[in-house]
Formats: sequence, C-alpha cells, structure tokens
Amino acid sequence: MAIKTEPFVLNIGPVHPSTHGVFRMRATLDGEVVLDIEPVIGYLHRGIEKLAEQRTFTGFIPLTDRLDYISSMSNNMAYCMAVEKLAGVKVPERAQYLRVIIAEMQRIANHLIANGSFLNDCGAYFTPFLYMFREREKVVDLFEMLSGQRLTYNFMRIGGLSQDIPDEFLPALRRFLDKMPAFIDEYDRLLKENEVLLARTRGVGIITAEKALNCSISGPVLRSTGYSWDLRKADPYLLYDRFNFDVPVGMQGDCYDRFRVRMEEMRQSVRIIEQALKDLPLKGAVRADVPQRLHPPKGEAYAHIESPKGELGFHVVSDNSIAPYRVHIRPTSLLNLTALREMVRGWKVADLIVIFGSIDICLGEVDR
Amino acid sequence: MMMPDFGTGARIALAPLPPDWPGGFWWHWLFFTVLVLAFVLSMVMGVIYIERRVLARMQSRLGPNRTGPFGLLQAVADAVKVLIKENIVPAAADKVVHWLAPVVAFAPVVMVFAVVPFANGALLADLNIGILYVVAVSSIASVGIFMAGWGSSNKYALLGGMRDVASIVSYEIPLVLAILGVVLVAGSLSLNDIVQAQQNIPFILVQPLGFLLFFTAACAEINRSPFDLLEADSELTAGFHTEYSGMKFAMFYLVEYAEALAVSAVVATLFLGGWQGPVLPPWLWFLGKVFFVFLVMVWVRATMPRVRIDQLMAFAWKCLFPLALLNLLLTAAEVALWPGAMPLIVIPINFAIAGLLIIIWSKFFKLGWGRVEV
Repeated sequence: MAIKTEPFVLNIGPVHPSTHGVFRMRATLDGEVVLDIEPVIGYLHRGIEKLAEQRTFTGFIPLTDRLDYISSMSNNMAYCMAVEKLAGVKVPERAQYLRVIIAEMQRIANHLIANGSFLNDCGAYFTPFLYMFREREKVVDLFEMLSGQRLTYNFMRIGGLSQDIPDEFLPALRRFLDKMPAFIDEYDRLLKENEVLLARTRGVGIITAEKALNCSISGPVLRSTGYSWDLRKADPYLLYDRFNFDVPVGMQGDCYDRFRVRMEEMRQSVRIIEQALKDLPLKGAVRADVPQRLHPPKGEAYAHIESPKGELGFHVVSDNSIAPYRVHIRPTSLLNLTALREMVRGWKVADLIVIFGSIDICLGEVDR
Repeated sequence: MMMPDFGTGARIALAPLPPDWPGGFWWHWLFFTVLVLAFVLSMVMGVIYIERRVLARMQSRLGPNRTGPFGLLQAVADAVKVLIKENIVPAAADKVVHWLAPVVAFAPVVMVFAVVPFANGALLADLNIGILYVVAVSSIASVGIFMAGWGSSNKYALLGGMRDVASIVSYEIPLVLAILGVVLVAGSLSLNDIVQAQQNIPFILVQPLGFLLFFTAACAEINRSPFDLLEADSELTAGFHTEYSGMKFAMFYLVEYAEALAVSAVVATLFLGGWQGPVLPPWLWFLGKVFFVFLVMVWVRATMPRVRIDQLMAFAWKCLFPLALLNLLLTAAEVALWPGAMPLIVIPINFAIAGLLIIIWSKFFKLGWGRVEV
C-alpha cells in the first residue's frame, strides 16, 4: 500500500534567520521539496517615495540611505546624480573621482556582506561571515572617517560631496587597499574549491540570461548567467570610462557563479580604486555651487548607476518647486527577486534558502 | 536494563580493577554512577566553553570572556539563565511527548559513558559487548529527537525530526562497519579490552580508513557540522528544538554536547588508545585525547558549510558504506592471513590502501553538483 502524502505549507519569515530582513515566503512543500513559494513583501514599507514629495531635494538624501542600507553611499549617489541631471549641475572632477572611490568601496562592503551571509545560509557556521565582516568593518571605518556614520552615511550632496575628505583618509584607504587582495585570496582558499560548498551551490538555482533579462534582473545575478551587462561599461557615468577594469561574468547562472562573480568584482573594485587614487586631483572643490534651496526647472530626469546589487535608478520629476514632484526608485532588489519563484521550484528547502541568499537583496529597498 | 548483565558479567571482568578501589559491587556501582554523571555534566560545560572559545578564535572574535576568569563561568551563567526561564509548551503540542523528549534524548547519552574506561578497569561496567552497547544505546537519542520534532506540532521541528531519523538510519551502518574493523583487530567487543589491545600501537595506525569512516559517520550521527541538518539554523530556525524553552531546551543543548563528548570518548577509546600513554596518569591521557578529538570537531564546524539532506544520504550510501565494507573485508583478510604480523606489515599497507580508496572515491563520487537522486 502506498503511503498517502500531501503537500503542506511552511511559512518562512517574516522573522527567520535567513530572510535577510522581513521577507516572507509561503512555501508549499512536499516533504523537503519545494513545490511553490509565494513571496510576501511589504513588512518594511515606509512610503519613502511619497515622503520625498514633502522634502526638499537635498532633504531627501538621508532617506535614500534607508533604501538599501547595506550600500547607502550608492543610493545617495544615484539620487544625487538624478537631481544633478535634472538641474544641470556640473560635478567637479575631484568630487567625481571621490565618488568613484566611494562607490567602489561600497561595492566591496556590500559584496562582503552578500557573500558572507550567503555562506551563512549555506550553513557555514559564521566563519566566512565573520571573516568578511572583519574586512567590511575596515570599509565602514573609512566611511566613518568621511561622514561620521557607519551605516547611513548621508555623505553625497547634489553637486558633489558634503565635505572634503579628511587628511587621514587617503593613507588609511591605501593601507586597506594593500591588504584587501590578500584577504580575497584568503576567502578563495577557504571557499573556492570547498567540496561541500560546490555541492550545495553548483547547478543550484540556475537562471538563464534570457529569463533574467525578461525579469529585468541586473547586477551580479544577471552577470552570473554569462551576460555581460554592467552600467559602468554599458552607460558609463561619472568617470568610469577612464578606468580599466573587467566585468566578471559567470558560466551558467547558478548560485556558485553568483558567489564567484561577487568575489571577482571585489578584485575589480580594488583595481578601480587604485587607478582612481592615482589620478585623484589633490586640490579642488568637492561640491559644485548649488543653492541651498534648489529649484530645478520643470522636467524629469532618470539617472541610474551600477549599484552593488544591480541597476539602481532614480526618476525625479520637478515642477520647479523646492520639493520633487515625484520620485520613483528603480529598486534593484525587488526586480532581482522577481524570478525567485521559478528558481526555487523543485528544489529542496535548504536550496530555497541558498538560492534566496545568493540573490543578495536588501528588504529596505524591496519594500521602500 | 543493564543491571542483571552487569551483575554477572562485570564481576568477572573486575579483575583488572585496582585493589584499592572501594570494595564490593554496590560501592563500585555507586561510585562510578556518580562519577559518570559528574563527569558528563561538568565536561559538557567544559566542552561548551572550549567550543565557544576555540570557535571564536577561529572566527577572529573573542568569545565569552566576561563571566568569571576568561569567561570560564559562562556555561554556568547560561545554565542558571535557562533554569529560571519560562517553560513554554505550544498549545497544539502533544504534551506527553513534548515533555518526555528531552529525557529520552538525554538518558542514553549518559549511559554510553557507562562502558567507557577512564583508566585500566576504571569503568562502570566492563560489558563484554561494550561497543555493541554503545552503538545500540546511542541511537536511542534519535528517538527523543524525533519525539521532540513530532510532539512540538511545529513544521520546522517536524522537518528537523525527519531529517534526524533519515540520517541516523543511514549512518548507523557505516558506523558499525567501521567499528567492526577495530573489533576484528582487537578480538574483543569490550572497550577495556580494546584499549588494552592498543598497548603498543593505537588503532588509528592500523585502521586509518576505519578511523576516518567512523569519525565522519559519528559526526553525522550526532549531527555535528557539516551534517547539522536537523537544527540547520539558517533553514529550520532551530530544527527539532524550535518549540523548546527553559530547562527542556537546556537538556537538548546538553544532549548535543554530551553526544559530541561521547563520540570523542569512543573515538579516543577505539582508535587513539584510550587511557594508554606514557608518563601522565591514564585519566589525563584519556581526557587529553577526548579534548583533542573534540577540537577536531570544532575545527570542522568552523570550516565547512552544511550538506543537503539528499547529499547526506548519498554520502552515507554511496561513499561511506562501500568504503566501510571494503575496510571490513580488508581487515578480516589481514587478521585471517597474518594474525601474528599485524602491526609492522599491516600499517603501511593499510595506509596505502586507505589513501588509494579515498582518492578513487573522491574522483568518482562527488557530493553531487546540483540535484542528487538518492
């Protein structure tokens, strides 16, 4: 006699160690196998886009910190770039170089967290996580030097940066850059050919390039499929056309490729910072002359950057008042999540967590 | 229960007992029962402290260092904390099963220590089927764990409990087969005799493959990382003990480390020569070896990600099981062919064969990239 089985619903989240925030999945399981999931989002909704309409253009910058709070600097930058485009502000070259440096540091910090927590999801008991946090801490220290903050930096301003870098910043950054490649090598030694990690992530959660493009997935998740799309190359903003760097792509779009792509991107970020440091003008303004109460002319502008998680865009509409008429955010994390359901169907519960972790989302950005 | 067997069997085996032990059967029983309980409870605190400190060092952080000197009292503080915590039983839980589960899980782990020798003859019961008893008793703990998973009426706990049963059923087999190699070489099932057979050479040299198999299978059986699927904190929040709090949770915590301690003790006894060793007193050698094995477990935990349930099963059946069979065959042939010349010829041969087999298996058996069909 065959034993009768029936699927059951397991509610994962919103409070769960591996949901990276308050994501909730209603998973239908057949034993260990995931038949279907239903993502439920919105637990962290704060109406940031609406709040923008009640603030001045500059006053909205601190709120962008709260979007993807893992990489606040990138959010600041994308928003400021959108407003600069709208108001026609020319950012001084020194500020642009510093923005590149800061954005790449932010990428390193984000990827360290992404890969660290991804490995935690794989079940590596906090060791890679803490090793990576150790380095991320150094980036955060550098950011603290700049802005006085360690999470929500609020450092970028429309037209440049809020202030010039302190004297001790560049030597400290130099020390960090000298050590970072060795640390990335250390992670590789620990993890790159770890049999268990390969077994858990190779071929798991595959997404094809076509599927990824149809879901407008971007960032490392898209590049892991082998499709080379990086806004720093495809639509160079700031000064990215001046630097030499490669865009690492994966082979087949599985979790392992996403992990590797992030690792390689950290190396490339170090490369970019090295070049930017070499060319950085030692003197000069870090902020364009922008009036405190900015009235951009009527119109709209969209600026996008390759944030650590993918394409982050801000669409700002102005009606010539001191507040934006409308701000729309193109959230990387939310769009990267859209294919989750297809990716996890038919895999086991453990894979569900790993695949979800490999996408690297931040709920602050998903729910806004 | 083991009492009747103990009465007859142990009396005969008491011969190597040092004469100055408190005389008589009942004194012996009382003394060692108290000793074993005290040993397990205090050593569990010890290994928890060691695990937390060593793990912290390996992860470049500090670990507990505030409670008492070097944080030594952290385990005590934690124990007091859980003792005064509220005991919550879910409304939908199967109350009896939920209550009994920690006890069922804890008792057998302590019972394992009844047959582990701390020095020559210094053990509660020198059963002539000692190692069989260890294997039999230690798998009862999984009943308790499944009871916890089932009785909690929680889906995470149920998944954890099911994983536990699956892994125990699979890993029991390579575990026993690996033990059989040692038993063949030693010619006895009694742990004390096995230790005495290692007078000259610890069995890790004679049975290198058996050691690896036993250690791996034992880690899987007690759900140490990388096989800690049943409480997989990133997937199942806390697995089978999700719904436990207070002292009952502490019991499971205790079980986890007592099991690790039991496996360390059995590994030390079977493969590392137990209490044998020069200069230092036997019990110190024994403790040292137990801690060493435990440190290896901590090291593995700090390094490895977790395997998936199907990979766990595949690993047991496709890798450990055939290797354990081959190891048993090989040992049996050696014992039958050269009973006298065991150590000298056999050690290099066994190391070569173990290396060869492991290389072959690592070539043809991958843990599986992607889907593994079991």
